[in-house]
Amino acid sequence: MAYLFETFKGWNAYCTKKNCSLAESVIEYEVSQKGSLETDIYQGIAKAYGVMKEAVETGFTQDMTSNSGMISNGAKKVYHYDKPVLSKEFQNLIARALSAKEVNSCMGRVVAAPTAGASGILPGVLYTLQELHKLTDKEVYDGMLVAAGIALIIAHTSSLAGAVGGCQAETGSAAAMAAGAIVYCLGGDNNQVFNAVGITIQCMLGLVCDPVAGLVEIPCVVRNASAAAIANSSAQIALAGLDAVIPADECVEAMAEVAESMETRYKETALGGLAATKTGKRISKRVLIQDIDILPDQD
Amino acid sequence: MGDKSSVFDMIGPIMIGPSSSHTAGVVKIGRAAVGLLGSIPIKAEITFYNSFARTYEGHGSDRAIIAGLLNLKTDDEHIKTSFDAAKEKGLTYSFRSVGNASTFHPNTVSVKIWSKERQCTLVGESKGGGVINIAEVDEFKAGFSTSLVTLIIKAHDIKGSISFISNVISQDGGNIATMSVSRKGKNDLACQVFEMDSALKTTTIDYINSLDWVIETIYLPVID
Repeated sequence: MAYLFETFKGWNAYCTKKNCSLAESVIEYEVSQKGSLETDIYQGIAKAYGVMKEAVETGFTQDMTSNSGMISNGAKKVYHYDKPVLSKEFQNLIARALSAKEVNSCMGRVVAAPTAGASGILPGVLYTLQELHKLTDKEVYDGMLVAAGIALIIAHTSSLAGAVGGCQAETGSAAAMAAGAIVYCLGGDNNQVFNAVGITIQCMLGLVCDPVAGLVEIPCVVRNASAAAIANSSAQIALAGLDAVIPADECVEAMAEVAESMETRYKETALGGLAATKTGKRISKRVLIQDIDILPDQD
Repeated sequence: MGDKSSVFDMIGPIMIGPSSSHTAGVVKIGRAAVGLLGSIPIKAEITFYNSFARTYEGHGSDRAIIAGLLNLKTDDEHIKTSFDAAKEKGLTYSFRSVGNASTFHPNTVSVKIWSKERQCTLVGESKGGGVINIAEVDEFKAGFSTSLVTLIIKAHDIKGSISFISNVISQDGGNIATMSVSRKGKNDLACQVFEMDSALKTTTIDYINSLDWVIETIYLPVID
């Protein structure tokens, strides 16, 4: 029986007992649950990584103007700007996360990772990580498998959908996946990987999903950049051996608890937060459906 | 609800944006509807509920459901222009929004579709990351994900029908992952939904279909 990805504690115990790596246990899970072959799984992951890198390039080379006009070739400007705030690498990280996400906002092809609203984070992080640390493709793929395992657990205990859990569930989960992947790729042990997950969720907890006019543009695009940055800061912290104190499993439970108490207007309904600001409302009026039926009470 | 998620539900699907809940999942719900109807429809009435109600246009869910009803895949670049394709293929459609269906999942869409021969309805939930749940089929409670093969049997509510069908499936080497049964009332119409790990033989489906008390069987392959 393969491990079923319900808790991080259980995942760690399973890998210790079976003496296998986190990535190997994810492969094992997919083989047993879906009847897939290991080679097909790696091929699927390779294809996903290819689409991620393509999206980054597309955002830098093609016109990225959304129908609403709120997104207008921002990634290119960041990528080519001549004054890095920290370093060229940091600038590239931010630009790449923006780039892949802009492609998504403009109805181009991306990998939902875990969702389309968060589709810039893993591309930005992995592309930059591989370049900087000269990782082989196989190393990146294993990092992505670990990221998938992290998402399976979050999906089991909480949710990955903005409409259910707010932005913490989307960009928060993606950042947690990315942070875990970074630590794994750089040789961190299981506990360090899970600490990176916990620390990332601690940083992203409570984030509401309040897209202006309901479009996956503002603030989604910039949040993909900030989530990529947080994934890196958490990975840096966890890799140095700092403890998340609140274990990853409990952080995910906290995410679920916060999601449950979050009001509907903060769950992708475009009724609260930034969507409800004066400017947000003005843009909404232009693009939102105004003609909605309200049913009589059912009970 | 159904089966364990795949690694490729977490890193994937490869899709056309902007939202996996609002586009990829919705495309899949449309494809499931095509599977139920047996062909691309000529007419569709689509209702978006709750979170979907206000935002479906901005997210392109309207183009996504039409793309699904034309049986396009989630990574097809023609999703963006599905309204044009619908015109070419003779599919007419209408959209409606309902804001407060409290018993429904936040991201719910219902679809009523017609072919020349038949009509069917479906209620689908988009659960995020492109994962879906078909909650209702022709007003029967269902609950399947389309990530496994699905067999839907509409039959008269007679004693022993469930054990009989599950026995037939196992004789064909099918392993049942999930099943749900609902009925309109005692001795009235019933609907059995089976999710299975592997495909069934055509002869098995034909046999089930030939039973006196079975009204209709619908067999859905995995929808990717």
